Amino acid sequence: MSNKNGRFGIHGGQYIPETLMNAVIELEKAYNFYKNDPEFNKELKELFNEYAGRPSRLYYAEKLTKTLGGAKIYLKREDLNHTGSHKINNVLGQALLAKKMGKTRLIAETGAGQHGVATATAAALMNMECVVFMGEEDTKRQALNVYRMELLGAKVVPVTSGTATLKDAVSEAMREWTSRIDDTHYCLGSVMGPHPFPTIVRDFQAVISKEIKAQILEKENRLPDAVIACVGGGSNAMGSFYHFIEDKDVRLIGCEAAGRGIDTFETAATVNTGRVGIFHGMKSYFCQDKFGQIAPVYSISAGLDYPGIGPEHAHLHDIGRAEYVPVTDDEAVNAFEFLSRTEGIIPAIESAHAVAHAMKIAPNMDKDKIIVITISGRGDKDCAAIARYRGVDIYE
Amino acid sequence: MSNIRKAFENGKAFIPFITCGDPDLETTGKVVRAAVKNGADIIELGIPFSDPTAEGPVIQGANIRALAGGVTTDKIFDFVKELRNDVKIPLVFMTYANVVFSYGMDKFLSKCADVGIDGIILPDLPFEEKNEFQPTCDKYNVDLISLIAPTSEKRIAMIAKEAKGFIYVVSSLGVTGTRSEITTDIGSIVNVIRENTDVPCAVGFGISNPKQAQKMAGLSDGAIVGSAIIKIIEKDSENAAEAVGNYVREMKEAVKKA
Repeated sequence: MSNKNGRFGIHGGQYIPETLMNAVIELEKAYNFYKNDPEFNKELKELFNEYAGRPSRLYYAEKLTKTLGGAKIYLKREDLNHTGSHKINNVLGQALLAKKMGKTRLIAETGAGQHGVATATAAALMNMECVVFMGEEDTKRQALNVYRMELLGAKVVPVTSGTATLKDAVSEAMREWTSRIDDTHYCLGSVMGPHPFPTIVRDFQAVISKEIKAQILEKENRLPDAVIACVGGGSNAMGSFYHFIEDKDVRLIGCEAAGRGIDTFETAATVNTGRVGIFHGMKSYFCQDKFGQIAPVYSISAGLDYPGIGPEHAHLHDIGRAEYVPVTDDEAVNAFEFLSRTEGIIPAIESAHAVAHAMKIAPNMDKDKIIVITISGRGDKDCAAIARYRGVDIYE
Repeated sequence: MSNIRKAFENGKAFIPFITCGDPDLETTGKVVRAAVKNGADIIELGIPFSDPTAEGPVIQGANIRALAGGVTTDKIFDFVKELRNDVKIPLVFMTYANVVFSYGMDKFLSKCADVGIDGIILPDLPFEEKNEFQPTCDKYNVDLISLIAPTSEKRIAMIAKEAKGFIYVVSSLGVTGTRSEITTDIGSIVNVIRENTDVPCAVGFGISNPKQAQKMAGLSDGAIVGSAIIKIIEKDSENAAEAVGNYVREMKEAVKKA
């Protein structure tokens, strides 16, 4: 989808300090070689299948379907992957690539902690050093994940600059990478940042849509009418959409975190409230003020609490191929509880944003229509925060 | 010849960096004038950005204080216009790509030309992306300053050949901030630059004391200092002008000896 300079339409590019240019050029060369290397692909497939538990299930949510009374709903169960989210797909790919490049140390940013946990896991498996940058605010919201990363042998660095959330963790990881490049790979967690990251991460996550396509054809003998996923940076959504982009009859719907609403300042709905800008190595949509200062965004979901979106999503929006809809905290929390009660599946609060939108549109669709919702992660990590949201004062 | 290049004609240059509006524009004005009076050859004026990914903690702090104090790009343009009543040396903006892009590239650079800005440094705009900004900079005669890093290696020649104004040689890996020691082989980098261009080059990142400044200016055409000056302003903004003035005088004398 991207041209050789990593552009998706007007978006993408490589807006990074000169210090990092040779590192991303070296990464691109290595990736272009290994992506076609049979040995690399064999090893990655083995890690996906034997270690991460792929392929993940495409589950027909019969009770959810009947309760909503409209379209038939399938759940793509990325929550059942090892480490509990889709993040492991990208991390296993990048860690293996880094290892082949002779790197011995992985650094990563994390919001909810899922990407950090996945990176710490891959580092443990592949004998690599691991440092994870996490906004101090998020280390409090997601204390259990901090402990998990440390248990896996990673060092977690709380980031206190800026708003002390995901964007600041990305900035700090970038700063760290400029100071130590020789032995270090920056394992970026989403389809964002400078080229070639948006392409690399998308390719490793594209296994999601590749599997959905094969599984739905087997179960229904046709493609779905809509694929719905939550979007922060947008890696699970890009992975869920990718193999359907050419299938124009499949609606692709990304659910952005609207926080307290897109008419408030407490939102992280980038496409719905942002405008084109340049930040974190890429041109894309960003929440920003009139002078280009990046906005302090808000969402109940630490994983979606990011002021930008991956450049390929920005392009899919521009050309009208995908829709990006806002979902509020309230709607996501309701969906979190609703899916737990109807299907016995506790989704990550991030994924609950996708469930919430399906709850809005499914009842108005005919019963012969099919929706696939990607459940990007499991919700155990969110239980304490949701309890607090509901006024139950429990701490992990 | 651009004003920036002329500033290198009287021996080695000393280039202080000051974040506009830290803690307010009145202080910045006094500090800039004190630096000019004490021998600064070019001044780098920082337009603060919310998320300065190339900066260490000291300049990050200056950015936060400036934005918290309410400074904006428009207020900085007005400030530079006023500064130009008596400040004649070249002034260069240092900011991030989004500050320019979001303002509107043509509008931003035409205002630069109006108020008397000679150049612009965008640390998140590498060679590969510069053609997006270069034609507009050329149109308004504002030098788009190129950066060369310790990791640039085979890229040095390519960057040097298209450089304008001066070349900013990044002394060390990592972000801005004072360092006890600079270990990069600056001499070799400068040699490659000189084989490819006669545009002057100044070294920045990590320089704080006269000894370092003399050494770096000896290897190049000048020294750039940011964090050490921001620290002086942060310590006592009331008397910052006098303190920065003394510091600039000392550093300029060291650079002259190089």
